[in-house]
Amino acid sequence: MNPLAQLLEAALFAAARPVAAEELVTLDLDASLDDVRVALDQLREHYDFDGHGVELVELAGGYQILSRPAFAAAIERAQLNVRQPRLTAAMLETLAVIAYRQPVGRAEIEDIRGVSASGVLRSLQERGLIEVTGRSEGLGRPLLYGTTPLFLELLGLSDLQSLPRAEELTIALQPPKAEAVGPDDAAAYVAADR
Amino acid sequence: MTAGAPVTALPETGLNLAPPLVDRRVALAGGFVVELEAFSGPLDLLLHLLREEQLDIADIPIARIADQFLAAIHELGLNQAADYLEMASRLVRLKVQMLLPRSLDGEEWEDPRAELVRRLLEYQQIKEIAYWMAAAAERRSLRFGRGYLPPPPEVPPPPLTLDLFELLSAVDRAISGILHPVLHRVIARPLNVEGATLRVQSLLEDREEFVWLEALGVRPTISDLLSLLLALLELSRRGLCFVLQPAAFEPLLVRRESPRPAA
Repeated sequence: MNPLAQLLEAALFAAARPVAAEELVTLDLDASLDDVRVALDQLREHYDFDGHGVELVELAGGYQILSRPAFAAAIERAQLNVRQPRLTAAMLETLAVIAYRQPVGRAEIEDIRGVSASGVLRSLQERGLIEVTGRSEGLGRPLLYGTTPLFLELLGLSDLQSLPRAEELTIALQPPKAEAVGPDDAAAYVAADR
Repeated sequence: MTAGAPVTALPETGLNLAPPLVDRRVALAGGFVVELEAFSGPLDLLLHLLREEQLDIADIPIARIADQFLAAIHELGLNQAADYLEMASRLVRLKVQMLLPRSLDGEEWEDPRAELVRRLLEYQQIKEIAYWMAAAAERRSLRFGRGYLPPPPEVPPPPLTLDLFELLSAVDRAISGILHPVLHRVIARPLNVEGATLRVQSLLEDREEFVWLEALGVRPTISDLLSLLLALLELSRRGLCFVLQPAAFEPLLVRRESPRPAA
């Protein structure tokens, strides 16, 4: 590994959170963003091909060194770390709506899921997975919600573009009538916000 | 969810305000058992019913599904039922609309089920994304970062069950741990309202009026001041003296007689 890759390894080891490439550039005054990307690739290959227990993962717009899944059970058994509690079905569905339609208000979430959403929204906010991103111009200026970087981190995604696209889902949306397809239609939202 | 015996006969409860049981199963006429708590809403329940009967979403037999839906929510507590009742009324309405004769003169017939089908498909897609996200979160949770601190569990702290003795001994333990405990000592200083009353009365015997601070000694303490204030309030309440302020921010005057309105 070149010295820059070693420096990045040390920095990512010390940071204990995902660090963006733009942040990593500041470690070395002589390094460019491209240099950092090349060095990160080198670090990843180093972990992947030399048989390491950790790997370099792209997460929430940054990079983080994480242990490999194969060792999760042993680490948990020894009580060295604890897995994140699972999300409930209501939380997951609400997150799905927000992730694809953000910024989105409560009324639209409730309309899609067919149930009231205030309790779920509160607990998602408490867990830091969603945040208020603004207010709608509509009647009563309702709050609009969006996902946070912690949401990406929890799902192990590098960005929102990593969510599945419409064509990747097995249930293709077939509107019953051609005129039913509007800008608000579900077929449109998966393609939107990309 | 724990297993329980399926409820086979639906009791006639009318309005059911009781909190929902942890496991409430409803045996439908079709013979299969529905666990309502397992559903995240009316659309979820509807999708489940369609799947059980292997029906096509695009061509829902509304009458049959509406009956099954009503049977399934029959046992719900009213608080939970709000979201379900809205869907139930929608289904009943659709059932009626489907019974209306269609005009045969070639006019285009608009399927009243179209809106429901659109919502079901939309919700089904959200569910699929939710499954995908659950799997992604599961994969992510198998990787640990360095120095990662898991968030505290979301259980509320249990209510404190202590008697007074346990509480006091806990306070003792906490205080004994402090090197130099700064304890505030509360000293009871009784107010001398009677003395102040006598002083005001003797001053009024001498003079027609005086400034209220004159009734205080040379070096008044806070309790002297409070005593005088209470004495003045009590005396004026009983009509034995009158307190007035000639102008804003001027000192209060204490007078023997009521100030008469100017003739």
